[in-house]
Amino acid sequence: MAFLDLTDVRKSFGTTAAVESFNLNVERGEFVSFLGPSGCGKTTTLRMIAGFETPTSGTIKINGNDITYAPANRRPIGMVFQSYALFPNMKVADNIGFGLKIARKPSAEIRQRVHEMLALIHMEPFADRYPFQLSGGQQQRVALARAIAVQPQVLLLDEPLSALDAKIRVQLRQEIRTIQRKLGITTIYVTHDQEEALSLSDRIVVMSHGRIEQIGTPFEIYNFPQTAFVAQFVGTLNALKAEVRDASAGRVAVDGQEIVMARALDGAHVGDVVSLALRPEMITLDGAAQQTNHLTGQIETITFLGSIVRVQIRLEQSALFLDTFNNPHLSLPQTGQTVTVGFPREACLVLSSGSAAPTRDATSST
Amino acid sequence: MKRFNIWAWLWIMLGMIYFFLPLYATLDYSLRGRKDMLSLAAYENVVNDPQFLATFGFSLQMAILTIVLSTLIVVPTAYWVNLRLRYLRPLVEFVTLMPFVVPTIILVFGLIRIYSRPPLSLTETDEGTNLILIGAYTVLSFPYMYRAVDTGLRAIDVRTLTEAAQSLGAGWPTILFRVIFPNVRVAILSGAFLTFAIVVGEFTLATFLARPAFGPYMALLGQNKAYEPAALAIMSFAMTWLSIGLLQLLGRGAPRQGQLVGTR
Repeated sequence: MAFLDLTDVRKSFGTTAAVESFNLNVERGEFVSFLGPSGCGKTTTLRMIAGFETPTSGTIKINGNDITYAPANRRPIGMVFQSYALFPNMKVADNIGFGLKIARKPSAEIRQRVHEMLALIHMEPFADRYPFQLSGGQQQRVALARAIAVQPQVLLLDEPLSALDAKIRVQLRQEIRTIQRKLGITTIYVTHDQEEALSLSDRIVVMSHGRIEQIGTPFEIYNFPQTAFVAQFVGTLNALKAEVRDASAGRVAVDGQEIVMARALDGAHVGDVVSLALRPEMITLDGAAQQTNHLTGQIETITFLGSIVRVQIRLEQSALFLDTFNNPHLSLPQTGQTVTVGFPREACLVLSSGSAAPTRDATSST
Repeated sequence: MKRFNIWAWLWIMLGMIYFFLPLYATLDYSLRGRKDMLSLAAYENVVNDPQFLATFGFSLQMAILTIVLSTLIVVPTAYWVNLRLRYLRPLVEFVTLMPFVVPTIILVFGLIRIYSRPPLSLTETDEGTNLILIGAYTVLSFPYMYRAVDTGLRAIDVRTLTEAAQSLGAGWPTILFRVIFPNVRVAILSGAFLTFAIVVGEFTLATFLARPAFGPYMALLGQNKAYEPAALAIMSFAMTWLSIGLLQLLGRGAPRQGQLVGTR
C-alpha cells in the first residue's frame, strides 16, 4: 500500500472543476512534484492534502489513515509556503519551535530540536533574529526548518522558491533535496518551473486543466511525453507543419524537404498536415551528414545564452532552432549563411490534436 | 544645494499659528486664576475637586472595559472577514459606521426603552446601567476600532499565516492569541486609544443614563466656573498627547510587516 494515497479526488468551485479524477500513489520517502501552468489544479490538490480545501469527492489517505475530512491542524503534514509565512512577531528559534510548543513537548526537547534544525539549515547564529532581519533565502530556510521540526509524515512545498532570485533558487533547491534525502521524508512539491521539477523529483505529475496528463520519472516525462501537452510544456520544442507523404513508411515533408520517422503514422493519410515536434538539442549542425534526416535553410539569428548557443534557421515557411553547447573554440556559421542540419529519425515526434498521445518511436532507448 | 522655499515655510508658520494660537490662549487663560499673576490655581482646584477624580476614575474604568469588549468583538470579526468572508466586508464596514449615522441621543433613548422594562430591566441597578453604558460605548467605538484593526490585518498575510499555524497543529484560539493579536498589536492600540478618548469625553450617553462620568462633569464645570474649564481642556490635550506618545513607544517594538514576500 502506498504511503500517500489519493483516489478519485475531485474538487469543484461552483460549476468549475479545479481538479478531476486525480489518482496518485506516493511511496514512503518519495519526492513527487506537481508540475503545470497556472490554474492547472496543482496547488488546489496540494491544499486538499494539507486540509485547507475539502475535496468534492474522493479520498486522501496517509499511511492507511483516511484524512479526507480531517481538520488541517490534525494532519501529520508540514507545509512550506511561497511567501515563507514566518510569524513576524517571533524570532527564528520561536518560529521553528512553534509547532513543538503546540504539541506540548518539554522545553528541553524543544530547545534541542530547534538547535538541530538550525544546524541542519546552517543558521545557528540567526536564532535570535526576527524574520524581517533575514534575506528571502534565509527566511525560506527557516520556513523549511519550522515545517520539518514537527517531524511530519508528509512535507508539502507550495512553490517555495518562486519569490527568490535565480542563484538562490538553484542553491536552495539543492539544499531542499539534500535535507529531504537525509530525513527520508515523503515530499510533495508544487512548481510551474520544469527545471525545478526535473532536477528535484523522483517522479513528476504533469497537470493541465485539473487533470493528470502524465506521471513519470523526469527522464520519462522529458524523453517520452505521452500527450501533446506534456511534450510542449516540458522542455523547449520546435513545432513544424509537416505534410504526410507516406503514412505507413512514416514519411513526411517540411517545406518540401522529406523526413523519415521511426514509425508509421497510424490513421494519417497522404496530404494530411501534422505537427512535427523536434527538441532543439537533438538537431546538429556539425556532422549533419551522419544523420538520417536533413533540413536545409538559412541562418536567421544566433543567440548566445551562456552555456548554450541557440541558432534559428529559416526554411521556407517554417523556422526551427537548435541548441549547441558553448565552448571557447566554437566556430559558428554567420547569419544569412545556408546550412544543412541533421537529426535522427527517433527525434521526430508527431503531436496529435488535443491531448492525445504523440507518436514516437517506441524503441527509443532509455 | 536645496533652495530655501519661503512659501513653504510661510504656509507651515500659518498652519502652526492656526493650531497653537487657540491652545496658547486657553493655556494663558487657565493660568489667570489669580488676579495679576500667573498661577496653577485653576489646575489645583480641578485636581482637588473630589468630583474630578471620582468622575475621571469612573470613565477610566468604563473606557478600559469598553476597550476589552470592543477588542474581543472587533478583532475576531475583522479577522474572520479578512480570512473567509471577504464578500461581507462592505456590509460589515457599513454596520460599523452606523454610530456616525444614528445620533447618540436616538441610541440612548432606544437603549433606555428596551432595558428599563422586563425581561431585561437593567436600568434598575447601577451595575445594570453600567452594562448598558459599556455596550453603548462599544458600539460608538466600532468605527474607530474596526478600521484600525482592519488596516492592521490588511498589512499582514492573514490567510497564509493562519494556514502556516494550522499546518503546525494550532487551533483557532492559539492562532488568534499567539499569531494574529501580536501582529496587529499597534492597530489594536491605536483603536484602543481612540476609544479611550471617545469614552472619557462622551457626554450624551452618560447624562441620559445618569452615570457619574467625566463628560457630564466637564460640561457642569463649564457652566459654573471660569478658569477651571480651560485648565481641564489643557489637561485633556495633555492626555491625548500622552496617549499618542504611548502609542509610538509601544509601537516601536512591533514586528515589521514589510518583508513577508521578497528577497533581500
